[in-house]
Parts: sequence; structure tokens; C-alpha cells
Amino acid sequence: MTQETVATRRFVEGEGLNVELFQRLVFTRRFLEKVDTLYRQGRVRGPAHLGLGQEAIAVGVGSLLRPGDRSIGTYRGHAHALARGASPESMLRELLGREGGICAGKGGSMHITSVEHGYYGSYAIVGAHLTIANGLAWADQIQRNDAVTVCFFGDGTVNIGAFHEAVTLAAVWKLPVVFVCENNQYMEYTPISAMIPTARPAADKAAAYGMTSIVVDGNDLTEVRRVIGAAIEDARCGRGPALVEADTYRLKGHSAADAGKYRPAEEVERWRARDPLLVYREQLIAAELLDDSAADQMWTDARDELNALTEVVLKAPPPDASGAWTDLWSDGSSSWRN
Amino acid sequence: MERREFIVAQLSFRNAVRDALAQEMRRDERVIVLGEDVAIGGVFKTTAGLLDEFGSRRVWDTPICEQAIAGAAMGAAIAGLRPIAEIMFSDFYATCWDQVVNEIAKTRYMTGGQVTIPLVLRGANGFGSLGFGSQHGQACENWVMTVPGLKIVSPATPAEMKGLLAAAIQDPDPVLVFEHKALYGAVEEVPDGDLVIPLGRARTVRPGRDVTLVGLSITVRTCEEAAERLDAQGISAEVIDLRTLVPLDAQAVLESVARTHRLVIAEENPGQLGWGASLSSIVVEEAFGELAGPPVRVSGGNIPYPVASVLEAEVAVTPDRVVRAVQQVLGISAPTATAVPQPAAIN
Repeated sequence: MTQETVATRRFVEGEGLNVELFQRLVFTRRFLEKVDTLYRQGRVRGPAHLGLGQEAIAVGVGSLLRPGDRSIGTYRGHAHALARGASPESMLRELLGREGGICAGKGGSMHITSVEHGYYGSYAIVGAHLTIANGLAWADQIQRNDAVTVCFFGDGTVNIGAFHEAVTLAAVWKLPVVFVCENNQYMEYTPISAMIPTARPAADKAAAYGMTSIVVDGNDLTEVRRVIGAAIEDARCGRGPALVEADTYRLKGHSAADAGKYRPAEEVERWRARDPLLVYREQLIAAELLDDSAADQMWTDARDELNALTEVVLKAPPPDASGAWTDLWSDGSSSWRN
Repeated sequence: MERREFIVAQLSFRNAVRDALAQEMRRDERVIVLGEDVAIGGVFKTTAGLLDEFGSRRVWDTPICEQAIAGAAMGAAIAGLRPIAEIMFSDFYATCWDQVVNEIAKTRYMTGGQVTIPLVLRGANGFGSLGFGSQHGQACENWVMTVPGLKIVSPATPAEMKGLLAAAIQDPDPVLVFEHKALYGAVEEVPDGDLVIPLGRARTVRPGRDVTLVGLSITVRTCEEAAERLDAQGISAEVIDLRTLVPLDAQAVLESVARTHRLVIAEENPGQLGWGASLSSIVVEEAFGELAGPPVRVSGGNIPYPVASVLEAEVAVTPDRVVRAVQQVLGISAPTATAVPQPAAIN
């Protein structure tokens, strides 16, 4: 990583290592793999954008947030919802078009939301939710709540106007918001490097907003927790917003329908060697907090749990059709005239 | 209509906006205001005095960034506040259309009701012979009417402005309030004290027997003037102020048409997919048997708006055009001009 990874210098091996976080990484990976499989079986309604390979960012930030903190993300948001405690079963129900879906069957893969867990939604218009994140943080600022909002977005977002407007307003109002760019190296099918005028999509723009340029190794959970943790605590203490760029890699295509064949094989292999699950596993083993058999057991347990959940969900009926007409307005109705 | 005190005072449309904001900010500390230049009072002076009374935690100046303004209002609304965002000219909704249409309008539905979004977006709207031209002079209510999930308020008088804006602020859903810029200087006597007019109930401005005239915002006055002229010709016109497009009080119009059997709609926006087309289709589909003839719409021209006075006058929705439309539906004289000006050489 580059010199901006200030974190590296202060890194103390073993600090904050936690087996439970590895378990969360494994479960998240298994969940995304399950969705991939279900998609290939033609069982997922609509597209499914998977964050395979990017899990350490969602899991790491999720472990830093307190009850009352808010997070918000993109259509690639399954890991971010799980990281706040959203129900995997309700998510599967949503993805598979069954009753009891987390968005009642009206959101699907791209709009997974769990407000009760502080995850304020997955938005599928690139950049739009950065402006909403400001509003969440603004409400906490006005009400003097001791809360922070974290907003996840992709590298391609930095080129859309809403990004600029949102980061500007956050800086001008000194909002308690942390913008986390998951730089997975690809816009959709095109390398982000071909679509930005400087080397780094987000970090190189930080100075224009009066912010420090922060880059973190997004595949290293320990680093994610330390660097983004510092930004979150700064924001919580009223020191204003931050723009963090987390380097990572999308191990699969843009969506489950995309084989990602435009990526050079050696590039994929290089990043596979830096798989966030391998990185954290090695750290835990080196610290003698985990051994291979315990790690393997976690993989098996997560697979079994998700297989069992999927079996239950696939047997569930679809939602009642009348649900199509509810919850446009806050009185539960969708009527526009008398 | 709820009126607590009955001291009558002169109130301008512009001050009615400010009074409604102040009334609701006093009532509910969750109500906050944001927008460009709002702290100093706003370019139309509709937020004058709010900073002094409520302080900087309730009144927030923003950069020129409509997407960020609309998005901040949405996020704060989801988080439990009652934000009121000024969008200086309604033409500028085009610069934050994504937030309005894809986020504010849809998020409650697409999260299965996990969030409510009690916000108001408000600002200057309409044409009205002020020379603002194409990018600051459109009537944009009908843009919004194409999108389920947004309520639309467009008041016609100072009292209406105060009461409807207050109701919009109290409403638990997203409401867009359109303030006709040619009405800001209008003054009328308004009862002092709090005023709230429920959304979704049209107002019969003037009863009549022979024809129903439906207006919104400034065209309510246009219809009233037309009705006065028609009265002199022995034609009794009923004038209805729709007040809100969503929720739409269709029943009020259907009931009126059941008595008058004739309908003329006056809308300031271009006739292409104007709100009058929706209203007309409802009446034709649901009260065809009551109609003595086809409804006629008087609408703004299907052009961006011009500036020079003579050009503005050419496309304006005027009492004269409404009178001619009424004569047309009554078959009194062969129409010499269509309701919508469309030069054959151009259209």
C-alpha cells in the first residue's frame, strides 16, 4: 500500500484481533457465495451485485459502530446489512421473492435495508445516497446525538455530481459522517484507472474538500478497524467528516450475471492471494488465536447454517399480492385521489 | 379549516410563507429549514426573520447544491426531524430530480415501509408575466405529478398559502409546495393566529350552474376573473381551486360537473401531459354521462417560456382564453381560436 497508509507504521501485531470477526467474515463470504449459487439456479429475483472479496470493509466497520450509529450503502450492500446484524433469513426471503422479505418483496437485492439495525438502506443510483448520509448525520448533529454515520460507496461514484455536492456539504457543515470508498478497481466492466484523471479515485480528491487523504488496505480487517476506527472517532468527537479510500478487489464480476472475463488472470490471482479471509486467518493463526481445524470448522458451520436457512426459505410461500399496494404513504396506503 | 383567533390582518403571500414556517417551527422543534441564502431571508424574502427567532441550529444556509439539499432533507427526515428545504426556483428540481424521484418518492415503498420521510420541498414556481424566461419561469407541478409518492401543493392566495404550507409541514410524507412567484406580492385579509388547511380537499371559490372552471395556484384567479366576465353575459360559472394535485380531490370536480355538465380546466404549465389532462381523463372516464360536451383545457404553450412582454402575453393563460373556452363548450359562438395557441406554421 502507499505511504498514506499511516496506519501501517503504528500497527501492533495482534492488536484487536478477534476470532468472532473471522467468523463474521466467513459467514458473510458464505452468504454471498450462496446468493451467487442461487442466482445461477435462476432463483434470485432481479440482479445480484456481490461484494465477494470486499467483506473486510463491511465487517470491520460494522464491528466499530455502536447502537445508534448509522450506516448506508449501495446495491452491493448485502455484507453491509449483515455487518449491522440484519437477519440473513429475511434477506434470503427478499432475494428469493418469499413472504417475510426484509423489504416486503419491494426492494430486492439492490435495496436491502434494516433500519432497526441502523442500516439505512442500499441505494442503486450511484452517488445518491451520499447526500442522504449527510442528512442522517445532520440530524444527529442538530440533536447532539453521540452518533456517527458511515456511508459506503464504490470507486465509480467519484465521477458523478452527487459525490461532489455531498462531500462539499459534509465538509462545510462539519457533519459526523465518514465516507468509505470501496475501491474495487472496476467501475463496472471498465478499470477505474481509465476513468479518473489521477491515481486514486477518492483519496486524491480529499484535499479539495479540506480533508486528509486517507488510504487503507481494505483487505486487511485489522487495518480497516484501525484506520476507519480513527476516522469514526474523529467524526464522533465533532472533528468533522472523513473521506477514506479502502483498496480492495471484486473477486467476481460486477453482478452475478457478469463472469468478469475482462480482467487479466494474473491480476485476479494476485488479489486472490490477498483475499481478506486469508489475511485475517493468517493474523489469527500467527497470534495463536485460531488453528486450521477451528477455521475449517467455521467454514463448515457457516455453509450448513446457510444451506438450512435456504431450505426453509425456498419452502416459504410468496408474499401476498395485496402487498403491492401498501406502504407508499405513511398511512400504509398508496391512494393518490378520492 | 382550523382558526384559533379571529383578529383579521393584512397578509401578503410572501409573508404567509414565512408565517407558516414560523408557526410550525414554534409548534414543533423538529422543524428545521435549509436552502440557499435562507438565513438572510431568501431571495424572495420568504424566510425573513427565521434565523433571528430560531437560531442557527434550526436555519441552515447551504452551498448551491440542490442534490445535497434534497438528500440532506431526506436523511434528516428519516432520522426523525421535519426538514423544509427551499429549492429557490422550481425549475431547479431538474438539478436534484434523482433525489426527488428515485430516493424521496420511492424509499418508503422499496424498504417495505421501514422509513417515513416527512419533509417539505418548497420554492418559487410559475410564469406569470415576470420576465424570468425559460429557466426560472416554468410551472413545474406536473413534472412531479408523474411520480407516485410525492404530494403536491400549489396555493392560490395568502391565506391558502399559510394554511396549506402548515399542513404540508405537519404531513408525515414528502410534500412539494409550489409558490407562484407572481403571487408573492398579493395581499388579503387573513385571520390572525394559527391556520392549517388539510391537504386533498378542493375549495369552491365561487358557486355556479352552467360550467365548472378548475384552476390551481394563479389560474384560480384567472378563472375567477373569467367567471366575473361570464356573469355579465348571463353565464354562471363555478370556480374550483384544486389546492393539491396529490392528493387529488377528484370527487369535488366530479360532483360539480354532475351539476354543471360542462368543464373547463385552466393550467399554467404546457398542455403536454399537464395535470389537466389527468383530471379531464378522470371526468371523461367516470362522469361521461354527465357531460354535455367534451372538457376543454386552457394551458400554457408547448414551448419553453419567452421573455418579451408581447411574447409572454401570447402564451399566457388569461381570463380571455378561459372565457373563449367556456363559450366553446357552451356552443355560444364558433371558436375562433383553439384553447391552446398552436400556430399552424409551427405545430
